[in-house]
Amino acid sequence: MELAPKLLKQIYETMVRTRILEERLIRMYKQSDGYFWIGGPGEEAFNVPLGLLVHKGEGLDYDYLHLHYRSCGIVTAMGAEPIDAMRQMKNTALDPYSGGRNFSNHFAIKKWNIVPVTSTIETQYQTAIGTALAQKRHGGRGITIVNGGDAGTAEGDFASCLVWASRPQAELPILIIVTNNEWGISTAAATQRSSTHIADRGRAFGIKTELVQGNDVWESYNAIHNAMEYVRKERRPFLLEAKVSRLYGHSSATGCNFITEEVDCLAEFEKKIIGAGVISLDEATSFRQAVSDEFLRASQQVKQEALPTAETRYDDVFYGQKGRFW
Amino acid sequence: MATMVQAIRMALHYGEEHLGVTDIFGEDVGAPLGGVFTGTQGLKTAWNSPLDERGIVGAAMGLGFAGQRCVAEVQFCDYIYNTIDLLKLAGMQCWASAGQFNLPITIMTPVGSGIRGSIYHSHSFDATMTHIPGWKIVMPSNALDAYGLMLSCIVDPNPCMFLIPKALMRVRSDEAIPGEPPLTPEGDKQLREMIDAPLADRARWQPRWPELIDCRVPIGQAVTKRQGRDMTVVSYGRTLPLCVQAANQLMHEGIDAEVIDLRTLWPLDWGHLEASIRRTGRVLFVNEDTEVTNFGEHLVRRTVSSLFYELQAAPVLLAGEFLPGIGLADTLESSSVPQLESIIQHMKHLAQQKA
Repeated sequence: MELAPKLLKQIYETMVRTRILEERLIRMYKQSDGYFWIGGPGEEAFNVPLGLLVHKGEGLDYDYLHLHYRSCGIVTAMGAEPIDAMRQMKNTALDPYSGGRNFSNHFAIKKWNIVPVTSTIETQYQTAIGTALAQKRHGGRGITIVNGGDAGTAEGDFASCLVWASRPQAELPILIIVTNNEWGISTAAATQRSSTHIADRGRAFGIKTELVQGNDVWESYNAIHNAMEYVRKERRPFLLEAKVSRLYGHSSATGCNFITEEVDCLAEFEKKIIGAGVISLDEATSFRQAVSDEFLRASQQVKQEALPTAETRYDDVFYGQKGRFW
Repeated sequence: MATMVQAIRMALHYGEEHLGVTDIFGEDVGAPLGGVFTGTQGLKTAWNSPLDERGIVGAAMGLGFAGQRCVAEVQFCDYIYNTIDLLKLAGMQCWASAGQFNLPITIMTPVGSGIRGSIYHSHSFDATMTHIPGWKIVMPSNALDAYGLMLSCIVDPNPCMFLIPKALMRVRSDEAIPGEPPLTPEGDKQLREMIDAPLADRARWQPRWPELIDCRVPIGQAVTKRQGRDMTVVSYGRTLPLCVQAANQLMHEGIDAEVIDLRTLWPLDWGHLEASIRRTGRVLFVNEDTEVTNFGEHLVRRTVSSLFYELQAAPVLLAGEFLPGIGLADTLESSSVPQLESIIQHMKHLAQQKA
């Protein structure tokens, strides 16, 4: 499918906003305005199209998302306010995702069916089973989307997801995504995984699969679109593996410095759409500058915001409960 | 006179008919078996899952995220240990999302000794489970409480852990579940014929459910099973009836013990315990989980912290031996976890302590 210039521009601008937001979060961390950064720079060409294609809303008629912590591009494309990611980085009381309790990029957005991102690797593939079960029973076009990294597929939870998603006569409407950057923190995939492609594992379960170059916007958009349509219509699972880059390493744990050896999907995409006349170099440059300025102001605002009061630490241990309860 | 397992089954039936239960699932939970302990026979929303405890707990969490009310079973608590991180996650989803998400789910699992379950079918789970915040944790000691607590777990908006003392599963209640046939041998037979699946061909079997009513036991409320002046004995699950029996026997020796059934481990009904201990000045906590970092140790600490100057004797914990498992031989099992004799012995010793 050809992508219209208007859509390409929207994807480009969202990718820029995602990248600059991540870089702002990294800067906040390095300036001691946050304790830890983890995120997904390098996955924008795949994640932004994914976010734009999500059927966004609350309840069974809409898509449920079980995301890992490299999904900034998805929620940015869905319309999340960048300042809220900064609030989570700074752990302020206004952090709408966790109230100052969790790491950066650990989103939780009930109104969009984005269940809480967890630091535990791969457990999202387990919880995805449940929303997909409910959506299978409910019918309609709402699906469950789960993503995670390649290293985590070594966990049994990934195998569980494949088993439960493909039970005979009980197949689940679930789009199972693996973004493969070939790393698990500092451990190279080649030293731990003998299989050629993770997507191949789906075949053993009769699950339709595809391997896609996730650094390419056109390829990603079309693959995600087609996979989603299959899951929405057939109410069966689809395993989609996307090859992506990891441009700032794993997290704070590996220094979060830009890695020049990997393909930068944003730079590649920018070159292509400038060449195609979708946007000019001047427009691109001024847009990036405007977003940088906007996010700098937002981070300065966040720095002035209060942390949660200590008294709130007991809130919401149980649903609707405030203060210490025992 | 329903047994505990019949009571649980009736509560689940009431839940799927009236309280919005959408799924009752786990290994062998659906037809034809209806649970290895028969707790889920004849239920219309019961289904069999893969043999995958992590998948069961994860699926329950996802169903909860989607607003479904489910009751998932882990066949024995001995097999729940590989789901610990998921239980931890389930208990924190509301808190971690600043109150956005709640999980109205119940996990039930048989616990404890008493059926000669050998090394890996006799574990307890209350000590481990009470280390995980965000859960409501219940453990009935009789059929009526099992019925009422299950209904309360089903409607609770939070994750609930329903621990079933497997030694008591076949014990009949001396209190009627509202709607069940009369408390007579004929009534027992009638109930069995109505809701117990036949051992033979079950292909055409359908249960005939009694006209049950909503009769909840509130979560977080202990109950005094026997009033007494000389000491307080606090227990739950399998050891609770033994404590009552011990107290009744010791009455003939001039020891008048009060026995409290905790019923809910968390949130703890500390006020109920505190009032009793303050009155008697002596307390024995009894459970069968392993004694090191046992939930009873928390109760002892709470007692010492709050009531030290009102105690007439040091609080005592009688719990299971700190062993890797329960040995199968009669001699090994009976010496590894509290029995009637050891409870009596500890009660006597506590009564003899000078103030």
